[in-house]
Amino acid sequence: MLSIKNLHASIEGTPILRGINLEVKAGEVHAIMGPNGSGKSTLASVLAGREEYEVTKGEVIFQGKELLELSPEDRAREGVFLAFQYPIEIPGVSTTNFLRTALNQVREYRGLEPLDAVKFLSLMKEKMALVEIDQKLLSRSLNEGFSGGEKKRNEIFQMAMLEPTLSILDETDSGLDIDALRIVSNGVNKLKSEKTATIVVTHYQRLLDYIVPDFVHVLYKGRIVKSGTKELALELEEKGYDWIKEEVDSTATV
Amino acid sequence: MSKDNQILEDLNSKEYEHGWSVDFETDEAPLGLNEDIIRWISTKKEEPTWLLEWRLKAFKIWQSMTEPEWANVHYPKMDLQALRYYSAPKQSKKPKNINEVDPELIAIYERLGISLNEQKRLQGIAIDVVLDSVSVATTFKETLGKLGIIFCSFSEAVKEHPELIQKYLGSVVPMTDNYYAALNSAVFSDGSFCYIPKGVRCPMELSTYFRINAANTGQFERTLIVADDSSYVSYLEGCTAPQRDENQLHAAVVEIYAGTHAEVKYSTVQNWFPGDKDGKGGIYNFVTKRGICAGDHSKISWTQVETGSAVTWKYPSCILKGDHSIGEFYSVAVTNNYQQADTGTKMIHIGKNTKSRIVSKGISAGKSQNSYRGQVQVMKRAHNARNFSQCDSLLMGNQCGAHTFPYLDIANPTAKVEHEATTSKIGEDQIFYCNQRGIATEDAVALIVNGYAKEVLNQLPMEFAVEAQKLLALTLEGSVG
Repeated sequence: MLSIKNLHASIEGTPILRGINLEVKAGEVHAIMGPNGSGKSTLASVLAGREEYEVTKGEVIFQGKELLELSPEDRAREGVFLAFQYPIEIPGVSTTNFLRTALNQVREYRGLEPLDAVKFLSLMKEKMALVEIDQKLLSRSLNEGFSGGEKKRNEIFQMAMLEPTLSILDETDSGLDIDALRIVSNGVNKLKSEKTATIVVTHYQRLLDYIVPDFVHVLYKGRIVKSGTKELALELEEKGYDWIKEEVDSTATV
Repeated sequence: MSKDNQILEDLNSKEYEHGWSVDFETDEAPLGLNEDIIRWISTKKEEPTWLLEWRLKAFKIWQSMTEPEWANVHYPKMDLQALRYYSAPKQSKKPKNINEVDPELIAIYERLGISLNEQKRLQGIAIDVVLDSVSVATTFKETLGKLGIIFCSFSEAVKEHPELIQKYLGSVVPMTDNYYAALNSAVFSDGSFCYIPKGVRCPMELSTYFRINAANTGQFERTLIVADDSSYVSYLEGCTAPQRDENQLHAAVVEIYAGTHAEVKYSTVQNWFPGDKDGKGGIYNFVTKRGICAGDHSKISWTQVETGSAVTWKYPSCILKGDHSIGEFYSVAVTNNYQQADTGTKMIHIGKNTKSRIVSKGISAGKSQNSYRGQVQVMKRAHNARNFSQCDSLLMGNQCGAHTFPYLDIANPTAKVEHEATTSKIGEDQIFYCNQRGIATEDAVALIVNGYAKEVLNQLPMEFAVEAQKLLALTLEGSVG
């Protein structure tokens, strides 16, 4: 589904990603871990098409298409969803209104009729139950005055509504207490299917107790320096990142 | 950095869609302004002597005044002698009702999306249409007449209801008020008049649609709304003008009188030609609007969506004379390209327990300048006066300006006055967030701007709110890369 080859990206001339290679197949969950500043969030942003990042080398194929050639909105319409680490506030625009605009633009791109109000609301009801979100939250201004947990839950609700093929969760666990973490993770798990894939970007292993990954990759200095299964995450939890850093830094001088 | 450049490059606002004009036979005054012209207008309109004298007095006063320069707007002064002060479509006879109006004129309004056919208007909005200097048609007159509501052109009111005009004309905005109000008093040509009798709740929205068609012509209309005790009316005003290279002057006066327990809601969607993207042409919109809450428990509410005009100078105000009276001002002012707006309100608290609320949302894009100027005045005897003001500015790009000039003048220690102000930019991260959900940038801007202006748009009658939302999006089209 997603094939990242030798991806290099920089911000204001400073290289952040220095050759990422990653294959993600339908039905898989990949976790991207790594110490602060290793490029985890940059990878998520580059895939979603954030403009501040300049891709200097490499390619990304998503379902047969050159992802990097597409505008951010077209990537979304193709089925790429990014759950933001820091969801953005939009005053005066309710989640409902926001999602209705988004969903109908996605549908238009795919040659589908816009959903009428009745169908849209029944879809909302269905997805609200799935991610255990309160209707009141959805009629408030998007993310404005939301608690950390509410913001993240709202991201997952949006994901449920837009039914993406590839979901990228950028530090979705940050700022969540244990109950919120459980609810958010349940939502993500319910949305998983054999046709979709998930990339979970996280600093801690904690989230991976709930969203169990098929593969774990460690990102350090803009490269994937170690890949493994969920046991790798447990090892990292126990030993920290230092041993990997040492391992990499000692060989990198060559 | 590259983003900013891109914003600049993309700065090509969509063309003004009402920029066309139509050739038809007109009755015109000669160019220029002097006593003879005023007599000419008055004769043309078959006015009574008292009104001619009133005009001439205003003209004398105007001659002694100078153009105000305190507003935060800069523009080449207009040569007022090079203007025409009266231009009216020639109609063989005065139409008695809408069926007798020249089809050519009706077609103009159809093209603007305004149907004058009463049967076609299911929503029930009575409308008075003013083309250049005269009112050409008023709909639903009979229906309203049964309730004792008078809704007609100003000229007609002068003839049919002189006692009301003499009583209220200039009672809220005296001819001495300011340069443009004095000019308007001297040369005003038409406008709308509306009277709601005691205890009557007007069953439909009343509306005036102003259109400037002729070149080198100023539009000076006067609107007078009188809401007698315990009555209610909601009034709408819309306007457009052809796209012309030279600037045109629009200097209107609106007066509102609200009796005891009366309520008047006045909404404007102002879409005069703003000039092209290089700042050429456009309307100078120098307008005086004021209402008086004369009776106890009365209420006047101004709502304005200002998207057009090259230069706007406009402060719809409330004089809160009656005890427990309420004044409200809700405004969205959008400026793009080289537009300049200096707009706001005045709330003058005279009565006890009077309340006012000001919500102003400025949006600046391009190289435009957008200023909020507001005054809250609490007089000595206005015990327990309350005011809440919120002035927000939204900036798009880095070449525009937003300014806030609040004046507070409090002479009673029991007053409670609150002022909140914010300035924000449409963030790239907001747009990216929308993009990431599949929303295109133009639509994202529209969504964000409408969200920002929601509190004001919510005040508009339903039909207008939808139109206003579209207009906001249209005005800002192309202003973000």
